[in-house]
Amino acid sequence: MQSFNDFMQFVFSGLTNGSVYALIALGFCVVHNTMGIVNFTQVDFVSFGGMLLYTSLFAVGLPMPAAFLGAIFGAALAGMLVERVGIRPSKTDNHLVLIFLTIGLSIILRGIMKILWGKNRMAVPPLTADKPVHILGATVLPQIIWILLLTLIAVAVLAWFFRCTSMGLCMRGVASNPTAAALVGLNVNRIKAVSFAIAGGLGGLAGVLITPITTLSYDVGVLLGLKGFAAAILGGFGSFPGVVLGGLTLGLLESFSAAYFSSAYKDVTAFGILLLVLFIKPQGFLGKGRH
Amino acid sequence: MSAKDKILYFIWLHRTGLTVGALGLVLGFYPLFQDNPYFLGISNLIGIYLIVTIGLNLFIGYAGQISLGHAGFVALGAYGSAILTADLGWNPWLALIIVALLVGLAALLVGIPTLRLSGHYLAMATLGFNIVIYTILIQWDKITGGPSGFAGIPPLSVFGMPIDDELRFHYVIWPLAIIFLTLALNLVRSGLGLGLAALAQNETAASALGIKVSRAKIQVFVLSAVLASVGGSLFAHCFTFVNPHSFSIFTSLELVTMVVIGGLGSVWGSLFGTALIVLMPEYLEFFETYKDIIHGLILVVVLTVFPQGLISGLRDMARLKILQRRDIAQH
Amino acid sequence: MLSIDHLTKHFGGLPALNDVSFDCPAGRITTLIGPNGAGKSTLINCVTGVLVPDKGSVRLEGTEIGREPSYRIPYHGIARTFQNLALFPRLSVLENVLSGLTVEAETGFLKSIFRPPATRNHERRLRLKAMEMLDRFVLAGKADWPVGELSYGDRKRVEMARALVSGPRILFLDEPVAGLNAEESAAIGEEICRLRNLGLTILLVEHDMDLVMAVSDGIVVLDSGELIAQGSPEEIRHNPKVIEAYLGRMSVTA
Repeated sequence: MQSFNDFMQFVFSGLTNGSVYALIALGFCVVHNTMGIVNFTQVDFVSFGGMLLYTSLFAVGLPMPAAFLGAIFGAALAGMLVERVGIRPSKTDNHLVLIFLTIGLSIILRGIMKILWGKNRMAVPPLTADKPVHILGATVLPQIIWILLLTLIAVAVLAWFFRCTSMGLCMRGVASNPTAAALVGLNVNRIKAVSFAIAGGLGGLAGVLITPITTLSYDVGVLLGLKGFAAAILGGFGSFPGVVLGGLTLGLLESFSAAYFSSAYKDVTAFGILLLVLFIKPQGFLGKGRH
Repeated sequence: MSAKDKILYFIWLHRTGLTVGALGLVLGFYPLFQDNPYFLGISNLIGIYLIVTIGLNLFIGYAGQISLGHAGFVALGAYGSAILTADLGWNPWLALIIVALLVGLAALLVGIPTLRLSGHYLAMATLGFNIVIYTILIQWDKITGGPSGFAGIPPLSVFGMPIDDELRFHYVIWPLAIIFLTLALNLVRSGLGLGLAALAQNETAASALGIKVSRAKIQVFVLSAVLASVGGSLFAHCFTFVNPHSFSIFTSLELVTMVVIGGLGSVWGSLFGTALIVLMPEYLEFFETYKDIIHGLILVVVLTVFPQGLISGLRDMARLKILQRRDIAQH
Repeated sequence: MLSIDHLTKHFGGLPALNDVSFDCPAGRITTLIGPNGAGKSTLINCVTGVLVPDKGSVRLEGTEIGREPSYRIPYHGIARTFQNLALFPRLSVLENVLSGLTVEAETGFLKSIFRPPATRNHERRLRLKAMEMLDRFVLAGKADWPVGELSYGDRKRVEMARALVSGPRILFLDEPVAGLNAEESAAIGEEICRLRNLGLTILLVEHDMDLVMAVSDGIVVLDSGELIAQGSPEEIRHNPKVIEAYLGRMSVTA
């Protein structure tokens, strides 16, 4: 029985991290679908969301729900700003150059956060009181339930947005054929800005959800974000269900390898498995095949 | 042709060789004017990084691929040399060569499956590789010394003379760097170099012309890994101490920054970019606080104004100006 | 010279080419025509190794080449141009044409990094050869220009020069006059005939009917992946199936 309880504990911990990876991965995908590039500033939206939560709680003194929404909104705004100020002025359409550009922007964002908030690690409180509950033999913090619940809601909202709103449909149009989208008069610039805002919001959400569990620092998003990127790759970069599946798989794999193999090497197993998957099935679990 | 034209033509024809020769002369006499070990130490560091960035530029700039994990190869070189020389007592030069060959083999094994992938997959695979290496260096402390590092690496020696100060190291590192620079300049002017530049711009067309795209990519990837390993070995012997933090993904990003600022597809650009990034902290006092922002800003501004990097961008612009002027003069 | 037998290619169950067979006789211009989506590009891609055919064979003087990877194709003396230009925009005109000599170039790794004198001399010879080709296409004055800066017509000529510089036996031209004005088209047409008279075997894919009728020795008509007619320009002009395939669509679009 004890081993079953342990097992469930690892499942919950894996799903928690996996949800966060999935959120970040979705952010990577939204931008990739509209612009065809990997946006490395995604990793900093995660840290930024956590930072904003910290500041609005302790420096501004907002109540938790307002601070929470404010942080997500602020990260979305930061996303738009990055696109407007950092990406749009560049006239190139060379993906390699654009990827390096987002790397540069990511370095700048980290630098700014380091100056504004310092290098120290900070603690952020969870959404609600941290009295653990027992589910299926596992001891689960309320924050973990929040994470699972809010991820589910975010994915649902995203699905609704892309299927039912005209903006969402336009964005899917751009993804499948940018030239045609421009020809029929879609405002491609607005679409790019919105996709960065969504990416920022998703990153920010991931940040405010996970930093109470990890700790908060200006570069906390880097490793989390890269695992989100890995999840996106696992899921095939572009198919949303695939990406969510990729995130959860990565989270579970990591949790179980830490539990049953070695916690010191959990990053090695996570990325090692990613590399293996890339070698065997480069298009990911649910990725579209090559044309 | 007048005598002046002849001389100019000769200079134009041999511009690459002459520039390399001039660089060699300047560096050969540099210690006569600058014997401060601190400054020699800095120029030595430029030399070490240059060996790495030359290789990386061949991969990124010429072949148009992406690697965000070359610090992993530098780490393998540095720790490989450290372990073989300090723990097993090998000759440093032999260790350097054997490690470089092994790293080349590792790159071949990593590269064959990865280089089929394009763009972001390659970015992920190389990042993942770097993170795996970094974690192993931190965790496997019995062998690597863990987070506190690996000390007691012997210096290089040449004909029994230990290369244990900055001046001696200067005369080891720069000849090597110039040799690698020359080989890289040769490569980019050869048929293989043309093939790499072609496949970077249009893989389908390159393949239809008879360029075996996958093989060319793997060759240059392996070459860049070998150069990174050599740079790592020299780094280890130069400082006689290594620590994992020198080889994190942030170092990889810094290496990419050096290459990109200087110029995609310009070997000389790599020299410029490397020197700039290494020298900046020495001349900007407020640098430490704003280091990241300045690095990032330079990268963003350069790429926005010159998508091909500074030196390549300026070179292309100058070339176009000359051609346009010549065209007008003819008509 | 080049014989295509029962070539079949499906994309996810949909036939893009269905049992197509025809020959390109040596020293002749064979033209492939058909409405959009007829399978012309698929056929060219199967013959040049970009796609692997599901069934059938492509034989060059008896040697099967239909399943060779695309980088092996030029070694058989086959060169091609692309529908929408596939040049290397940041390389100079001379370098673009030089890339057409890849089959002859020294691409060995060690020789490339050490460049011994023999390699240098070889490179010089290739460079001269490329310059000659530039002369022929009146591009010598533009040799050092980056291709990205040239006019569309000039770029089309660069692509022709790149295809011809290696002295191929067979040339595939994928819509060589698309986007050119009448005068430029006529010049390309003359060039194509001249190449045929020099003994080159040409497989041409073209929409411009004036050019097709003027230069073709034989015409092959594809429609929805099927070969519906083949014969001399005169026969094709009066073939009811061809008229229907073209006019039928036109009346729909009109």
